[in-house]
Amino acid sequence: MPETRTMTIAEALREAIREEMRRDERVFCLGEDIGIPGGFGGAFTVTLGLSEEFGHERILDTPISEAGIAGVAVGAALAGMRPIADVQYADFLFCAMDQLVNQAAKLRYTSGGKLAVPLVMRAPCGATTRAAQHSQSPESFFIHVPGLKVACPSTAYDAKGLLKTAIRSDDPVLFFEHKLLYGSKGVRAEKGALSPVGEVPTEEYTIPFGQAAIRREGSDVTIVAKLLMVYKALAAAEALAEEGISCEVIDPRTLVPFDTQTVVESVRKTEHVVIVDECPRTGGWAGEAAAEIQEQAFGYLDAPIKRVTAPDTPVPFSPTMERYYVPDEQDIARAVKEVLQWR
Amino acid sequence: MPPPKDLMLSMYRQMLRIRQFEETVNRLFLEGRMPGTLHLYIGQEACAVGVCEALQPGDWTASTHRPHGHAIAKGVSLKAMMAELFGKATGCAGGYGGSMHMGDSDVGALTAIAIVGGNVPVATGMALGFKMQRTGQVIACFMGDGAINEGAFHEGANMAAIWDLPVVFVCENNLYGASTPIRQVVKLDKLADRAKGYGIPGVTVDGMDVLALYEAAQSAVERARAGEGPTFIECETYRFVGHSRSDTRGYRSREEEAAWKQRDPIPRLGADLREGGHATEADLEAVAEEIARELEAAVRFAEESPAPAPEDCLKHVFAEEGWR
Repeated sequence: MPETRTMTIAEALREAIREEMRRDERVFCLGEDIGIPGGFGGAFTVTLGLSEEFGHERILDTPISEAGIAGVAVGAALAGMRPIADVQYADFLFCAMDQLVNQAAKLRYTSGGKLAVPLVMRAPCGATTRAAQHSQSPESFFIHVPGLKVACPSTAYDAKGLLKTAIRSDDPVLFFEHKLLYGSKGVRAEKGALSPVGEVPTEEYTIPFGQAAIRREGSDVTIVAKLLMVYKALAAAEALAEEGISCEVIDPRTLVPFDTQTVVESVRKTEHVVIVDECPRTGGWAGEAAAEIQEQAFGYLDAPIKRVTAPDTPVPFSPTMERYYVPDEQDIARAVKEVLQWR
Repeated sequence: MPPPKDLMLSMYRQMLRIRQFEETVNRLFLEGRMPGTLHLYIGQEACAVGVCEALQPGDWTASTHRPHGHAIAKGVSLKAMMAELFGKATGCAGGYGGSMHMGDSDVGALTAIAIVGGNVPVATGMALGFKMQRTGQVIACFMGDGAINEGAFHEGANMAAIWDLPVVFVCENNLYGASTPIRQVVKLDKLADRAKGYGIPGVTVDGMDVLALYEAAQSAVERARAGEGPTFIECETYRFVGHSRSDTRGYRSREEEAAWKQRDPIPRLGADLREGGHATEADLEAVAEEIARELEAAVRFAEESPAPAPEDCLKHVFAEEGWR
């Protein structure tokens, strides 16, 4: 067994950045409040302490200019650097859409393959009683953009291994981190956070994109879930097991590329699928995943694929409404029972 | 002191290559031999040439939806550009980009960014990359007058300023954003005054005078390379033709156009060359004929080149092909 340590996701991300910056001089971070002495180390402490080792040139504090941050990252990448940019909240990606969608995603193409834009854009997502403009899960917008890769780690092990792969990727990567999974400490700790800790090997490793992880094996239904929803799905699976229902829980880990194959293999066995997503329903990742799965596995399916998603509303503030808005284990268990009624 | 004869002749040739290229492609479009749309650079040639002559070979340019002049001035081959306009596999972007994405990284002409103002943060980022790697390179970021009202311009210009980045912002003020007069959308008399808001130098230059532009660009490039930060150069210029293919120019008077055509930068430099005893009328005509032959060859090359395979549209989305 390789030696491991127990870490939070925030710590694992920080270690990935530290290792990659030590390994490759071209790697640097830029964002708001990421390296200010006495500051926060980014909105969720991921870059805390890094400016002490790498200095303020490589942990570069920017103005509040998200379009500028994204555009400067594109340019620096074109000039041979490996920028890790971040926005404080994924909601702010919308300020940077032109740079991400029209520039980062397209320059390789419009140059006929001569240019590369190797950047990482980190974005904290998920509902955390911050209301409509600091709580969104905008992953689905980006899977719709050819030329962008999209990662969404849910464990410390994955967070580190996927971020290292993202930094080494020759393509732009949108890297979504769920605010309730970070395990940020001190004043930046999140109320109601799950903050899972996990084992992270001391030795070097990376995780390839496009390889889903089976979080729990089962035989009656396949639940596909990402980020925070992985944990809700696991809780639902645990409860359902007591009723004699066996759920397989699959975490895609990256949305682009999406590992349909692992899901299809699972569906051959379970014949039932539930997809769980914190993104709003219409035009979301869950719908896209459902379409992909039914095109490749219709013959194995015993029931329509069921989606459990946030409703088509902005994210509400009041905790009572927010709890209703975010899919939970009861919603998932209900959906599992519904698809199993077709048996 | 005027620049040396060879440099003046080179600037004359480059401006004329742009002019004749644009006239040729305009004709080919009107004849229906070329697909797409077209934003012509006719009238603004001094801006691209004056600035690019002040750059070193390792330096870069960032361009716009009106990029042909910048690409030619930075050294992209006319053959590869013509083939690109024809949508051929031999084009400088293999037919993936067309008119509005003209460029070639092999000569430091960044693939043009056709979103107004969108190239400003990108050029700023390239300049940051140059500075961090201590390469000594500079990037000239071309934009139209309309770009300075984009948020991307503001964010990029401010970041270039605070970090003293080696970028030169070249604003070609041709007085109209498509059909909208710049006076209607900017409160300033001189667009260069906007530079004050970023704490960087701003200069307004006669954009029809290539020698004046060269001089202004030289000092801005020198300043950028010395690590002293960006400069904003406003070039007062005019496009002699419409904004794009379908523009009949109903928003401006023929008198205004005639007055600006009196200031055509190409005959103006031609006169300087003749008066300075650097070239005869016959010499200048020979330059034009030589360019015409170059263009004939470029058109022939483009027309005879193969189109890309239809399914090649699936390539170049990611570094590794076909994994999605």
